[in-house]
Amino acid sequence: MITVTNIKKTYNKGQVTALKDISFSADKGELFGLIGPDGAGKTTLFRILTTLLLPDQGEANVNNYDIQKDYQQIRNCVGYMPGRFSLYQDLTVEENLNFFATVFGTTIKENYDLIKDIYQQIEPFKDRRAGKLSGGMKQKLALSCALIHKPSVLFLDEPTTGVDVVSRKEFWAMLKKLKQEGITILVSTPYMDEANLCDRIALIQKGEILSIDKPAGIVKAFPGDLYAVRASSTHRLLQNVRNYPNTATCFAFGDALHVTFKTPGSEPTALLDHLHKKDHPDVAIEKISPTIEDCFIHLLKN
Amino acid sequence: MNQLLTFIRKEFLHVFRDRKTLLMLFGLPIAQIVLFGFALSNEIKNSRIAIVDYSKDAVTTQLVNKISSGNYFDIQRTLQSATQLETAFKKGDIRMAVIFPANFSTDLVHTGKAAIQVIADASDPNLATTITNYITRIVNDFNTQTALTAGRPLQIVPEMQFLYNPELKGAPNFVPGVMALVLMLVCTMMTSVAIVKEKELGTMEILLVSPFKPIYIIISKLTPNLLISIVNLFIILVLSALFLDLHVKGSILLLTFDSMLFILTSLSIGLLLSINAKTQQAAMMASLMGMMLPTMLLTGFLFPIENMPLPLQALSNIVPSRWYFIIVKKVMLKGLGVTAVWKETLILAGMCLLLFAISLRRFKIRLQ
Repeated sequence: MITVTNIKKTYNKGQVTALKDISFSADKGELFGLIGPDGAGKTTLFRILTTLLLPDQGEANVNNYDIQKDYQQIRNCVGYMPGRFSLYQDLTVEENLNFFATVFGTTIKENYDLIKDIYQQIEPFKDRRAGKLSGGMKQKLALSCALIHKPSVLFLDEPTTGVDVVSRKEFWAMLKKLKQEGITILVSTPYMDEANLCDRIALIQKGEILSIDKPAGIVKAFPGDLYAVRASSTHRLLQNVRNYPNTATCFAFGDALHVTFKTPGSEPTALLDHLHKKDHPDVAIEKISPTIEDCFIHLLKN
Repeated sequence: MNQLLTFIRKEFLHVFRDRKTLLMLFGLPIAQIVLFGFALSNEIKNSRIAIVDYSKDAVTTQLVNKISSGNYFDIQRTLQSATQLETAFKKGDIRMAVIFPANFSTDLVHTGKAAIQVIADASDPNLATTITNYITRIVNDFNTQTALTAGRPLQIVPEMQFLYNPELKGAPNFVPGVMALVLMLVCTMMTSVAIVKEKELGTMEILLVSPFKPIYIIISKLTPNLLISIVNLFIILVLSALFLDLHVKGSILLLTFDSMLFILTSLSIGLLLSINAKTQQAAMMASLMGMMLPTMLLTGFLFPIENMPLPLQALSNIVPSRWYFIIVKKVMLKGLGVTAVWKETLILAGMCLLLFAISLRRFKIRLQ
């Protein structure tokens, strides 16, 4: 379990603020997600919690150990997978795993069942040097190495960045299983679609937490109704919808525009009429339920 | 223990899988041995010499005055008898001795011809040749000068004798130098890269967030380098025995022990550089620039330290290779034992401990 209270961190003698007054907590066996764009402060937070950096202010505990005083105890019991691939490129897959197992005072055999699902996929390449693996395989190896000593808390900094869609799915399925083993997992990702797979998420932006809730709770908190607008000439459509006086927000999401209105009511039909006049004969509007991404953008706006 | 062994094994794998570096590590001593076969000659000033005068007459006094008048020689007046000379040579207190035999003046008066004995320490052959040449020139000068005033030519003949290295081979001098240089460079360079590489690759982040203690990281990093350097040492010794006909006169055990001490000192310097450097390149440059020049210049094997200005002489005291160079010359060339090198050994041991302690203290347990 993790508790973070009013953590503040600056770089370059206070010129660059990475984290301002961050507080949250994750329970034992919880899969907690940090969702935010690049540069939001996710990695800094991971480094503080893994005792690699000291915060300027605030306190944090991991497994009831203080990150400053009891750093050695924390280092003994957590698993950490940094955002950048950090294994020995000139060692083979098996040598890497063996090394990290031994450093943590265990063996591959002892905890094999914990890593079996992921490690089996890279086992055919166990004699290959880690530097020669594909991106997804590297991440799987890194996760195996972070898990091999059966940590009670697992820190995963953007584990799925640069990984193909299928591997990402498998990766998250793995995390679900680890959670059932009672392992607390703090995971960060820039992918909004992965947010739904967490128990709870914190939306983080520019060193501040915008909202902490279950994914469903965050979606529920979205104010008003959201509409998807589709038409063939998307670019012209975006201009016209944005210029419509009663449009509150309008963002492009794939082939559709996600639109909210300043006043609720009969606005969708009014907009439809407006767009017909603006020469969009094939325009269609439907009410949709917001995604995490919609909520994130909404929170950023305010 | 198992953890440490695995870590050390991993370090060996890194070394053996990096073929280019491996080639450099073992190619360097061989290349150096070949390159420094052609040692440099240089002018010598204020060489410490002894003059033993058993004749004590007007001519010898004149000649002694002439020898001491230039700034070539610094005469050690305390040495008055031949029996003191050997210990002075062995301790390196004097480079040359000039002996006037008791029958010098009688010979000169009766036959017009006399000999003086010149003994030089030839473990540094360049120095020995140069200073004996000086003496010859001074004596010849004296001969012609007195011929003009006295009306008849004097024939004082200096008889040369070279100690330790009678054939004036260059090898005896440069091999200890190469040993000091190669061990210093290889050790500092390899080690300076070791820790900063883990930082650069990001693996240090994982190592720090593990139960592994900093001291173990340091020991694991140093072990392969220590072993490689010992192998290098024996390569140099075997090469010089086979091709330069230069054998270790003293105890190999003592030489190995002192070499290990020197290697550990150099490794600690590398460690210190590594802990403070931000990138591998910076660490490499620091160890090349920061170590190569002082080692080459201030060790005493290219340029005699006694010729340097005082500040440089003082500075040379903190260069570990300077002390190691003295030890190797004494043990390898002169065949001296522990009693002759205990002081230098202690200095090296002190440097080693100090540097290692600083490195351990400065090892960062966090990222910043």
